[in-house]
Amino acid sequence: MDAEAARLIGAGLACSGMIGAGIGLGHIFGNYLSAAIRNPSAAKGQFGNLIFGFAVTEALGIFSLLIAFLLLFG
Amino acid sequence: MAAEPGKQFDPIRQFDLHNMVDIQIGKYDISFTNSSFMMVVAVVCICLFLYLSTTKKSLVPGRWQSVAEISYEFVADMVRSTAGRDGLKFFPFVYALFMFILFANMLGLVPFFFTPTSHIIVTFALAMMVMVTVLIVGFWKNGLGFLQLFNPGGVPLILKIVLVTPLEIISFMSRPLSHSIRLWANMLAGHIMLKLFASFIIAMAVGLTGAFKLGAIAPAIMTIALTPLEILVAFLQAYVFAILTSVYLNDALHPGH
Repeated sequence: MDAEAARLIGAGLACSGMIGAGIGLGHIFGNYLSAAIRNPSAAKGQFGNLIFGFAVTEALGIFSLLIAFLLLFG
Repeated sequence: MAAEPGKQFDPIRQFDLHNMVDIQIGKYDISFTNSSFMMVVAVVCICLFLYLSTTKKSLVPGRWQSVAEISYEFVADMVRSTAGRDGLKFFPFVYALFMFILFANMLGLVPFFFTPTSHIIVTFALAMMVMVTVLIVGFWKNGLGFLQLFNPGGVPLILKIVLVTPLEIISFMSRPLSHSIRLWANMLAGHIMLKLFASFIIAMAVGLTGAFKLGAIAPAIMTIALTPLEILVAFLQAYVFAILTSVYLNDALHPGH
């Protein structure tokens, strides 16, 4: 396999790391929403925690996207 | 590869640095680049915004004054709720970080403008500033008690030695990395994505023939849809950077949890 093809396949494979981040983000926002519907008055106070969880989870997905970009254009 | 038409829209080119004023001290190149220029622009914008909106102070705030007050209240509330009342000593630091990152991100979205936060060295410097502050404050306020951070309560001793403490140490050590890479990668990925879809418009409009040229409308709509998303991301990343800074400061102020 020549290096160019391996590079492109590697970039595609690196993107699969985003699967986990996607699942995690779905969990975070889904659970926040279901909790917010059960107890709307407490929802506003947990917004900071929501964003914190979002940031920490999303970073992992972004790392793999970054590897893909670096392979493609770096 | 060079002959391919797609290559002339290389999406990485937008992050190139150009020297505006060449400055060379010894063997160090400290030239004033377009990145430094945009940082200066961001700082000037923040100063002008805060100065002009608060010169005519009134009890019932006008439009500009209320925007300035909202930004102040927003960050102050965030610091108070995450780092506690004594965390408010660090409010100016967090507010400065928040405003600088917000303005750098937002100005970068203007076409032909450069985004300073799309370079890892800038975000890493900001993250190291936070980490050094956290370390100094942590050891200064708590002495060696700061190490209590790696020794959480309510865990069996054997589990603590084997698993929890090493993990806490690794997580603490990787904070400056994750803190800086999150902002950098979000900005980089967003700008590359915008540029890619924009280049699809040209590629389709030029490359296709006849009625197929109308297909270029699809990436055009996508670019329009992505722009507000990027504005949201620009704000959210500034917010995330600031809130994580206050979370880390909370660790330094109250390491025992």
